Amino acid sequence: MASSCLSKSKNFIYNLKFKLYLLNRTSAVTNPLFHPHLRHTISSPSSSPVRKHASYSRVNGFDRWFEPAFVGRRSHSTTSVSSDVSQLPVEPPSQQVLDFPGGKVKFTQKLIFTSNSTEERVHCYRVLDDNGQPFTDAESLEISKELAVKMYTNMVTLELMDTIFYESQRQGRISFYATTTGEEAINIASAAALNDNDFVFPQYREPGVLLWRGFSLQEFANQLFGNKYEYGKGRQMPVHYGSRKHNYITVASTVATQIPHAVGAAYSLKMEKQDSCVITYFGDGGTSTADFHAAMNFAAVMEVPVIFFCRNNGWAISTPVHEQFRSDGVVVKGKAYGVPSIRIDGNDALAIYNAVHEARKMAIKEQTPVLIEALTYRAGHHTTSDDSTRYRSIDEIEKWRGDQNPIKRFRKWIESRGWWNAVAESEYRGSVRKQVAQAIQVAERIEKPPVADMFSDVYDAPPRNLNEQEVFVRKTVKKHRQDYPSDVPL
Amino acid sequence: MASIFQGVGAATSLSSSTSIDTKKFHFCSRRSRSERKASFVVVRSGGAKVENRIGGRAEQLVTNAVAAKADTPTAATVSKPGHELLLFEALREGLEEEMERDARVCVMGEDVGHYGGSYKVTRGLAEKYGDLRVLDTPIAENSFTGMGIGAAMMGLRPIIEGMNMGFLLLAFNQISNNCGMLHYTSGGQFKIPVVIRGPGGVGRQLGAEHSQRLESYFQSIPGIQMVACSTPYNAKGLMKAAIRSDNPVILFEHVLLYNLKERIPDEEYVLNLEEAEMVRPGEHVTILTYSRMRYHVMQAAKTLVNKGYDPEVIDIRSLKPFDLYTIGNSIKKTHRVLIVEECMRTGGIGASLTAAITENFHDYLDAPIVCLSSQDVPTPYAGTLEEWTVVQPPQIVAAVEQLCR
Repeated sequence: MASSCLSKSKNFIYNLKFKLYLLNRTSAVTNPLFHPHLRHTISSPSSSPVRKHASYSRVNGFDRWFEPAFVGRRSHSTTSVSSDVSQLPVEPPSQQVLDFPGGKVKFTQKLIFTSNSTEERVHCYRVLDDNGQPFTDAESLEISKELAVKMYTNMVTLELMDTIFYESQRQGRISFYATTTGEEAINIASAAALNDNDFVFPQYREPGVLLWRGFSLQEFANQLFGNKYEYGKGRQMPVHYGSRKHNYITVASTVATQIPHAVGAAYSLKMEKQDSCVITYFGDGGTSTADFHAAMNFAAVMEVPVIFFCRNNGWAISTPVHEQFRSDGVVVKGKAYGVPSIRIDGNDALAIYNAVHEARKMAIKEQTPVLIEALTYRAGHHTTSDDSTRYRSIDEIEKWRGDQNPIKRFRKWIESRGWWNAVAESEYRGSVRKQVAQAIQVAERIEKPPVADMFSDVYDAPPRNLNEQEVFVRKTVKKHRQDYPSDVPL
Repeated sequence: MASIFQGVGAATSLSSSTSIDTKKFHFCSRRSRSERKASFVVVRSGGAKVENRIGGRAEQLVTNAVAAKADTPTAATVSKPGHELLLFEALREGLEEEMERDARVCVMGEDVGHYGGSYKVTRGLAEKYGDLRVLDTPIAENSFTGMGIGAAMMGLRPIIEGMNMGFLLLAFNQISNNCGMLHYTSGGQFKIPVVIRGPGGVGRQLGAEHSQRLESYFQSIPGIQMVACSTPYNAKGLMKAAIRSDNPVILFEHVLLYNLKERIPDEEYVLNLEEAEMVRPGEHVTILTYSRMRYHVMQAAKTLVNKGYDPEVIDIRSLKPFDLYTIGNSIKKTHRVLIVEECMRTGGIGASLTAAITENFHDYLDAPIVCLSSQDVPTPYAGTLEEWTVVQPPQIVAAVEQLCR
């Protein structure tokens, strides 16, 4: 039996269910879906990955394993719940198959339903432990000091940016803000693993990707204040950044609409045979939308190079993940659509870096979509319009801001390598704080875009009705100048 | 059932005589209505009053109304013999020419590939350009519209086909929130040159869900343009113009017009997206219409001409924005307006057009604007009931008579 436990056969002996119970206790293999040796199986949609660990129905505990012994007692004795379709019994080779459109399917005479869940959730890839020390057997790339320090300093900048801009909203200087608190590693490490010509389709909690690519603090501040230097010409809300030259598509407030856009962009890359990929970010809440599902499906069917990066941060405003979906998070959905997937520790910068780096290689070389679910925590409020203490405990928030804090963990690692120290830390933080404050002051004083920008870019050239409307607005404003804001030039 | 075939009758009679003369090669000097620089030849429709658009047929029926006009043989405007084809073939021809001309043009939609599209507009294209460039999508309109938008932001020029326009209601979020908005909200950094097209309108017993008129739902969305084609000539021209436009354009085709036959020029031509088409110049009343209702109006026009009226029929073609220049000139001449549309009474194109005309040309009107639209009911399946929901030529005749009293 032991050998059958450890073999890579995907069928187990059906009537020896109690041995499966034993198996559950002994197996401790990592998720084979993303194992480098099995990578060749991932790209071909028809192959199925090996499930090594057993599981049983959650509903009645492990009492059900002993049911077959009491077959006569139950009226439904011939039916039972199996935890995974890959644990169907080994049938003799003469078993008939159905040559169905889409692939051959083996028959079974057992009336078995797959369970709604597995006992053990998909394992999470991690390189650094809670104290920022790498596991000895961690599969990870070597990161240079330069790259590591750059990643760290960017994460610190992002954290400080968030704090100060959030405060400026509280002070009434800007109208709105959304922080990325707790998700700094996701922002920076994923950006670090990409090339600058990989297109980014963000949700709204990924300004760190822009920061990594060279968007300056002044440019961020300009967008927040909506002044005439911001690239969006003052038309969108704060944090809805967009920059063509950084290959970062303008944020739209609608949830998950960017996911099909990303697939379309990846399609264009495939059509033009470019050596780059597309990445799109979304949260756990976004995976409930129709756009997510159809986009995943499309991407798999069309075999396009797109990375689906899910920031599973536990909360969609006030909806916890348990009320968002009942599956084992988001990673299992990849399998459903035929998309290779991985679950990673979203607070471990090195894990993120490795995963995105590998996913990018896979996506481009094998022209396949990849799904990454990063488990993290939204340590801040949803936005400045939210007070999350109303629906979750302060203890929970504090716990995640503590040791699980991605910046703290990464700092411990680079300090242990001798690449950083407390002096450098306080110096850097002081300098960034000054820069952010300076950027705010400068941006605040710049005038807003002119009224003409309210009417341009609706079309490539303004049509007659918009020209008329603009004339009307100008006349009205001129006539009642005191009733209109003074910092919007005519 | 006789009136059901009126639409068809109009179509077949027109196709058999091939007397639809929508080609106009006059390059009238018009004041430019947009700052856009046309980099290609645009055929402007000149509202030449001296030409009798109905041609030979009207000559036989005409009494006093038309006698005053000079009859210019329409053949003089045709420089080459041209070739005859059906409307869906004209759409395909336009599409193919653009795909040939620009490698970034691609098509996506349900069953557009080897099946050739549900109305065969894309037939043969997948074989010629490959499965990637003529892409069959799974059934998720919002998402493949979103895909098209994403591809457009990266530089492609996708044509997104809705199998039936009604299905694009599922794509409303992407069309309104992203397609229409992203060029604006990104500060002009990302443009979205998509064409969204498909068959719509009330067909022949297709049922309520497949008989929608989406132009009324989409007309408010800022950032998009809407055009409706009605003849093979303008179908090809508008298709090409829509593809070349950098704005998102929604091209409305009609299920019942795909088999219209017409002779179109051999040489390349592109029409102006914002222009209306003068179908029949007249003096007494301006009838504004588009898409299939144009044929009901022309049917009614025959009767009206018999009765001594001289209606001016304009196919507005551009649903957003309206060509108020052509419409205005016509109103200034006739002082009476009748709008005939297939949209519902409430909130349709006719409603907006009524508002726009009242606002701009109120002083020129001798009578209130009359708008004939479909009933505010889901289109019934039963043929007789379906026929009654849509405007029929006798109603148009009655309305004109009422208006011109």
